[in-house]
Amino acid sequence: MAEERVVAPADCAACPAHHTGNLRRLGVDMSEWDYVVALAGNPNTGKSTVFNALTGLRQHTGNWPGKTVTRAEGGFAYGGRRFKLVDLPGTYSLLATSADEEVARDFLLFGRPDVTLVVVDASRLERNLNLVLQVLEITDRVVVCLNLVDEARRHGLQVDERRLARDLGVPVVPTVARLRQGLDLLLRTIDDVAGGRTLCAPRRLTGVPAELDQAVRRVTREVEAAYPGLPNARWVALRLLDGDERIIEAVRQGDLADLSRPAGAALRFGAEAAR
Amino acid sequence: MTAEVPRMAFAAGGERVLATARALRWQTSDFHEHLMESLYAEAARLADRAVTRPGRPPRFDLDRTIDRLVTSRVWGFPLMILLFALVFWITITLANIPSAWLSSLLIGTIYPALQQAAQAIGLPWWLSGVLINGMYLAAAWVVSVMLPPMAIFFPLFTLLEDFGYLPRVAFNLDNVFKKSGAHGKQSLSMMMGFGCNAAGVVATRIIDSPRERLIAILTNNFALCNGRWPTQILMATIFIGSLAPAYLAGAVSALAVVGVALLGVLITFALSWGLSRTTLRGEVSTFSLELPPYRPPRVLQTIYTSVIDRTLKVLWRAVVFAVPAGAVIWLSANLTIGGVSLAEYLIRLLNPLGLLIGLNGVILVAYLFAIPANEIVIPTVLMLTVLVSRTSGVGSGAGVLFQLSNAGTLHLLQAGGWTLLTAVNLMLFSLIHNPCSTTLMTIFKETGSRRWMALSAVIPLAMGFAVTFLVAQGWRLVAG
Repeated sequence: MAEERVVAPADCAACPAHHTGNLRRLGVDMSEWDYVVALAGNPNTGKSTVFNALTGLRQHTGNWPGKTVTRAEGGFAYGGRRFKLVDLPGTYSLLATSADEEVARDFLLFGRPDVTLVVVDASRLERNLNLVLQVLEITDRVVVCLNLVDEARRHGLQVDERRLARDLGVPVVPTVARLRQGLDLLLRTIDDVAGGRTLCAPRRLTGVPAELDQAVRRVTREVEAAYPGLPNARWVALRLLDGDERIIEAVRQGDLADLSRPAGAALRFGAEAAR
Repeated sequence: MTAEVPRMAFAAGGERVLATARALRWQTSDFHEHLMESLYAEAARLADRAVTRPGRPPRFDLDRTIDRLVTSRVWGFPLMILLFALVFWITITLANIPSAWLSSLLIGTIYPALQQAAQAIGLPWWLSGVLINGMYLAAAWVVSVMLPPMAIFFPLFTLLEDFGYLPRVAFNLDNVFKKSGAHGKQSLSMMMGFGCNAAGVVATRIIDSPRERLIAILTNNFALCNGRWPTQILMATIFIGSLAPAYLAGAVSALAVVGVALLGVLITFALSWGLSRTTLRGEVSTFSLELPPYRPPRVLQTIYTSVIDRTLKVLWRAVVFAVPAGAVIWLSANLTIGGVSLAEYLIRLLNPLGLLIGLNGVILVAYLFAIPANEIVIPTVLMLTVLVSRTSGVGSGAGVLFQLSNAGTLHLLQAGGWTLLTAVNLMLFSLIHNPCSTTLMTIFKETGSRRWMALSAVIPLAMGFAVTFLVAQGWRLVAG
């Protein structure tokens, strides 16, 4: 779907006031920050360790799934820019069948973070990719942090991160967050994606059976017509066809309309004029 | 189907989209399954392309070997009990030394110095009473009673957690939870409750079904929390450990604490079973529990975070609640009506009820003071006991105590009429009573219902009274 990939032009990406309104409504204070980075991932992939390593905070990291059920926030600076890092609950999917999944998904959908960092367990790649693919349906600007590569190696696994990056269409950075390995490259990659110097062309789900695909296309077209500028129309269409109550509600309440009428439109011109 | 009135003008386009989606959804069957299938297939394909296995897998898989042992049907539970007993044994044996050192510093040295200073600058007796005999002493007590066991217990527990043992415990318990009609993930929120019940209640968000989540919330209180471990450890050390010969004392007290914690788990099962067959009836949902790989814990950082995050946080909370409580206790001990202090009135009022359930008036008053935080039960009990029994060591006013070695505490409490039954029932009541006000507020926030909040206070309280009453009657019947 070429139409959706057009969305992240560099000027919009560089605009600091990107969706500030929505973020504020989600309780994120943006007054001191240039960019918002959301931290997502399966439970027990070392998400909290990455969070601590990047922010210097020492939030307790437990070696068990389900430790973080609420949102934790911290910040870091890189290259003179200030990033706010929001640690989302660890989830296996974004279908929002439980409260923690809903927290994560709502933040990605309505908060529209500048970058979404998905932490992935290199030794359990297949299961972790389920979540990455779902995140890629919602947002373009994704960096995959391929964590625990040491453990994968211990289990005799070698992950080809370049091939993975090519397949996914987003940067993939191998790390061992516990030992702070690979964090420099991770920071630079986040900065590049946030600043629009790296453009992502995320893979969208293929292999949908033909009759379904037709339905998806039709609803996608209608969503695009009703909400011009919505960056993830196809994903919304998929969720509507799946009967997702939360998204149906968002259509009804006009939350989705807020997303399509981008804080963008007015502000983007402002940013361009300022150049 | 009811007609939906669009609230805003731009919602009209949205309604059209919804109508299309609804219509198409009925034409395509198993949309969800197809979608999931293609998602999984895609993930499998990508993973397969990216992952290579150059080395042969290691011949000896340590993780799997450990797992086979700690989650075994035969060895799982005994190993679990042994491991926790070991943690408490280390805590109890080591905590005595810094505890004695701290109390000789804070209460033996600084306290008299403060009193002399107050006299030197001519503070009125009531002011120095409130400040030094009330607020300072309460804080000093909290620190010397609670800091050493916490500073040893929390890092040990956190090391176990970081190593990856807790999910194995959850795995062992999962089956029992399912049998009692609750969600297997409740074992995880219960583990969290062993740190703090408020955190445990928040952790129940990982449970999808509202019915099972409510069961997990209502029973989380029976996981002994940070604020209650010190009470358990102190009672077990001075009353139960002292029954055994000296070389076994540590082990016996450790087993007593583990026993109470296990009783809490049993009550959790029983109550879950009861709830899932009465008010919260329904199907048990299934889920898959992931056993994370064992990771060598980073000892230094673990000690650092557990000291900062848990020990000091809990200690600070205890001090914050203990300081005003100290002032109130001192005042209630020194404000008299007709020659009897307010505190004594209250204690006498509650004493008959307390004795009936094998406790006493002092303990019940202490639990009233401890509604905001369980942490201050022991300091309050000690202060009130001194006040009531007028033990030697009562200085210029009531409500003062000088000594605080374990032997000293034992003598003091025995002078206050305490027996082994009092200690055992205090341990039981500490396990089975209403959660602290913070946890109750959290329950209200999570459930959004006053009814569930009230129930989660009333159920354990009623159970606590019932259990201690039965134990006391049985004890008196047997012991005569």
